[in-house]
Amino acid sequence: MDVRVYVTPKKGILDPQGVAVERALPALGFEGVSEVRVGKFIELRLASPPGTTAEQAHRNVDEMCRKLLANPIIEDFTFEIDAGE
Amino acid sequence: MRFGIVVFPGSNTDADCWQAVATFPGAEPQFLWHKHDTVGDVDAIILPGGFSYGDYLRCGAIARFSPIMGAVADFAADGGLVLGICNGFQTLLEAGLLPGAMLRNIGLKFVCRYVNLRVENADTPFTRSCHEGDLLRIVVKHNEGNYTADPETLAALQANGQVLLRYVDAAGRRTPTANPNGALDDIAGVCNATHNVFGLMPHPENSVEAALAGGADGRRIFQSMINTLLLSRAQA
Repeated sequence: MDVRVYVTPKKGILDPQGVAVERALPALGFEGVSEVRVGKFIELRLASPPGTTAEQAHRNVDEMCRKLLANPIIEDFTFEIDAGE
Repeated sequence: MRFGIVVFPGSNTDADCWQAVATFPGAEPQFLWHKHDTVGDVDAIILPGGFSYGDYLRCGAIARFSPIMGAVADFAADGGLVLGICNGFQTLLEAGLLPGAMLRNIGLKFVCRYVNLRVENADTPFTRSCHEGDLLRIVVKHNEGNYTADPETLAALQANGQVLLRYVDAAGRRTPTANPNGALDDIAGVCNATHNVFGLMPHPENSVEAALAGGADGRRIFQSMINTLLLSRAQA
């Protein structure tokens, strides 16, 4: 199954990259932009032996995110799982 | 006494740490390879600076899963002294051995310059050769030194005397320009609740020889650790 993980700076956590991008956009003539947050997008393929339930896959990806893909102290994450085939 | 210096792929101040430790009579540096799952017979551990695993994902995020880190955590849980410098500090944060996390520098720039550090608590194994309020001039060189923690964690750090070093100006005052990276509360170094694990962004190992341009203020950190080890030996 194909997994897409979105990692973003936690609400309330300062995001220096987001601030820099937000300041750069008006300089290019793009007005009205606010709340820019720069995060990470991670794609991965997960083997799913026959019988794997959607719930097991969800739990598996959730644990990967907590342990490695995101740092829960400073980042939020969401993910989508495409069962495919 | 033996100082184990962990070598991760991408560590780059491991040799500097070796050199720094070797300037102290009776202190013996020894490298610890990241793939080993034991720290052997060492009296203290240093996680050096650098770019372990290319800083991929987040600084220190991959290094914390190295086999050696389980042994480092056990060593720390037994009360052993662990010093994390720069990338070593980031790795200790990722490993949960120190509270908080690291963000990119507020100016989005790699900073490489001398900073003045004020000793905020001199009653710890890493600062006992200093007095509270002493100023240390030591170099920083990093891109992710913007320390952050939630308000409860910050309050606990403060209450337990875990903030050991703050960025200040040459007169010892906290000012926005004295802080090189935007770190919360001007924090340059914190220790854990039991005061035996310490992480700092500046590089004390690059300030150990008075004859060189870097000065010798970094010696106070290593001297503190050595004095702590000597004291615990005398008491044993």
